[in-house]
Amino acid sequence: MAYSFPEEVLEHVFSFLSSERDRNAVSLVCKSWYDIDRWSRRRVFIGNCYAVSPGTVVRRFPEVRSIEIKGKPHFADFNLVPEGWGGFVLPWIAAMAGSYPWLEEIRLKRMVVTDHCLELISKSFKNFKVLVLNSCEGFSTDGLAAIASNCRNLRELDLRESEVDDLSGHWLSHFPDTYTSLVSLNISCLASEVSISALERLVGRCPNLRSLRLNRAVPLDRLAGLLRRAPQLVELGTGTYTAELRPDVLSSLSGAFSGLKELRSLSGFWDVVPAYLPAAYSVCSGITSLNLSYATIQNPDLTKLVSQCPNLQQLWVLDYIEDSGLEALAASCKDLQELRVFPSEPFVAEANVALTEQGLVSVSEGCPKLHSVLYFCRQMTNAALISIAQNRPNFTRFRLCIIEPRSPDYLTLQPLDVGFGAIVEHCKGLRRLSLAGLLTDRVFELIGTHAKKLEMLSVAFAGDSDLGLHHVLSGCESLRKLEIMDCPFGDKALLSNVEKLETMRSLWMSTCSVSFGACRLLGRKMQRLNVEVIDESGDRPETRPDNCLVEKLYVYRSVAGPRLDKPNYVWSMEEESPELIRS
Amino acid sequence: MGRASGVDEDPASLNLRETELRLGLPGSQSHDRSKPTLAGVSIFGKDLEFSLSPSKNSAAPVSGAKRGFSDAINGGKGVGGLFSPRSGESSVNAHQSAASNSKPLSKEGFGASPQTKTLQEKKSQAEAPATKAQVVGWPPIRSFRKNTMATNLAKNNDDTETKSEHGCLYIKVSLDGAPYLRKVDLKTYSNYAELSRALEKMFSCFTIGQCAANGLSGQDGLTENCLKDILHGSEYVLTYEDKDGDWMLVGDVPWEMFTDSCRRLRIMKSSEAIGLAPRAMEKCKSRD
Repeated sequence: MAYSFPEEVLEHVFSFLSSERDRNAVSLVCKSWYDIDRWSRRRVFIGNCYAVSPGTVVRRFPEVRSIEIKGKPHFADFNLVPEGWGGFVLPWIAAMAGSYPWLEEIRLKRMVVTDHCLELISKSFKNFKVLVLNSCEGFSTDGLAAIASNCRNLRELDLRESEVDDLSGHWLSHFPDTYTSLVSLNISCLASEVSISALERLVGRCPNLRSLRLNRAVPLDRLAGLLRRAPQLVELGTGTYTAELRPDVLSSLSGAFSGLKELRSLSGFWDVVPAYLPAAYSVCSGITSLNLSYATIQNPDLTKLVSQCPNLQQLWVLDYIEDSGLEALAASCKDLQELRVFPSEPFVAEANVALTEQGLVSVSEGCPKLHSVLYFCRQMTNAALISIAQNRPNFTRFRLCIIEPRSPDYLTLQPLDVGFGAIVEHCKGLRRLSLAGLLTDRVFELIGTHAKKLEMLSVAFAGDSDLGLHHVLSGCESLRKLEIMDCPFGDKALLSNVEKLETMRSLWMSTCSVSFGACRLLGRKMQRLNVEVIDESGDRPETRPDNCLVEKLYVYRSVAGPRLDKPNYVWSMEEESPELIRS
Repeated sequence: MGRASGVDEDPASLNLRETELRLGLPGSQSHDRSKPTLAGVSIFGKDLEFSLSPSKNSAAPVSGAKRGFSDAINGGKGVGGLFSPRSGESSVNAHQSAASNSKPLSKEGFGASPQTKTLQEKKSQAEAPATKAQVVGWPPIRSFRKNTMATNLAKNNDDTETKSEHGCLYIKVSLDGAPYLRKVDLKTYSNYAELSRALEKMFSCFTIGQCAANGLSGQDGLTENCLKDILHGSEYVLTYEDKDGDWMLVGDVPWEMFTDSCRRLRIMKSSEAIGLAPRAMEKCKSRD
């Protein structure tokens, strides 16, 4: 006898599954579960906008309220992907405008969003609430004006790290006086000035505002006024933190800060005048997240500020913190979970600050909950890496960048294979890893052997031969994203692991040793892989002999077939017809 | 504001720059696979290597030991990396040329000597502080951060000349009629000629289309001439938007002043650019 729950019960049970992967798994159990999931799915995550067509998504999940889509490959952040490559969100918006009148949330990352898209969003979804544009581009403040004008129920507008064509700050004034539902606003990436009085009125009439990230143009002497209108703030990003030192401004600011009883996250701090830092001391004891990565504060002011935050869980900071500051951090912030140290002068070969591997070792010793690290430095040793690995087997994300490529262990002059080997061996839950320094095939062997939970690996200037790549592709069972630049990896490794590529979201290889022939083979053989070669020379793909090396290769699994919006310098290796004329 | 890539170079080291930024197509005869940030590659397989004139306004570096780390990245060219000279070799370089010569991939060892090392490279290794040539994608820092930090440092170091650490300055370049924008890093060029050449290359793929549309064949040689005709035959001019939001003709002000104030570039049709030149001159005068 078939034993089954009524649909409504199953649907109710499924509603407790918050993870995308769990819902995907559920949909594979049987046809009826697939259908129930299909009709009850409210949230969809598209990791690669070209993996599936908008039409397919909209047809399968008719009742979606929230969508998250990612576009360009990660290395686009570092200018490796030329302009016009793709990641256009318009087809998605157009499809959803037709099928999801009740859509509430759109979260995009590395996508091209035009003003037209923003207008369409603002007019198509009556209950639109959340717009997060992370590292997006292609729109101007005119588009923002449309959002402000038309989205009556908007809760969240977050433009983090997007590139906006900043025509003026007037768009902010497009929020009508009747609009009071703002909860979160992040305009930190905008250059132009917004009207502070308009901002004050907006902040003043939105009682639920909990997150306010201002842009650099907001002057320090207007900050207090804003803070007084929003004492309930949980997250604050200041504007510029510089002004002539005036006691009245300082005391006003101090007073305003002390009113922020709920504040947990602080950021901004561009152009810091250290004398104004004490104004923020009153909130430090409650701060769990601190982003000083644009702040030009140095020691001792920097260390003093950080040490006042005993409940700190997340710290982003420049290398001005130095080893001494990190030692102090290790002593005072026992709850620290995530640390990112950015370089203040990345284009200078020599160290301008006293930040070495020792800083990271200190933190790994002193902070038992530390599990996520991004660390830019100029020197490293295997001994330090081994120490770190032994101290903190709970790492889930470990990203190291040694400014000078191919830097060996500076004491022994050996490659850093053993050090990173220790990381993958001890940190069994490691999900993300970025390698650095001088590395041979050996490190990849170790990674393939031990890094079974690794999902994303970033490699640059490493390895000796195809064997390196082969170790990774054949050994890392959980690998989803692999991005490689300037490594001697080529055809053999790629063609020996073609099935693996279908289990991954994407593979990026630039300035490696992959040939056109291999790409053609891969493209023709694997129907569910899109094999795209980026070649900016202006030639036609047919002119390239098989043994010619490709500049950049991007391979990703897709059920949508080769994309139709490629610029003329992106060639699909599945389709090589001579009659395709590129203008 | 000093120039990012300014460096003391004597004329004999002209080739240092050339080798650093010379383009090599995969599979082409050139052994150098490094490319300048964003400039287009050769047209139809021809290796158009632009020669870079030594910078005339080079700023003296503060420390004699300061070196462009990108030399190591560019594989065998220029001064070696921080830690030791031999890290100037590029394994990728060796592999590229090996592959193009149909040799098996050699195992690159620490200090392996690629066959690509030329006399120029050896010579430039002996050079004092090298240029900071930007390598695309390295170090892995986002543009927003780079540009923000550059502004920070510029504010703090207003009186010093050494700006070699100020990263890059990516600005958008648009060509009227082209479907999308490009970006260039102004700091990789030291004069207008370099910029102009780089832009020619970058947009050649668009203007070539125009050639084809005009009934001209897209073969070698013809296209190149056609391109030059288009850009030099005054069909297009290069203009820029400055800090005040005005559109000016490129070339009217000293290079440093230009890089300081340029916010974006636009290659526009000459017919639309009439009237820009006088304003540029007036503006220049009013600044002085």
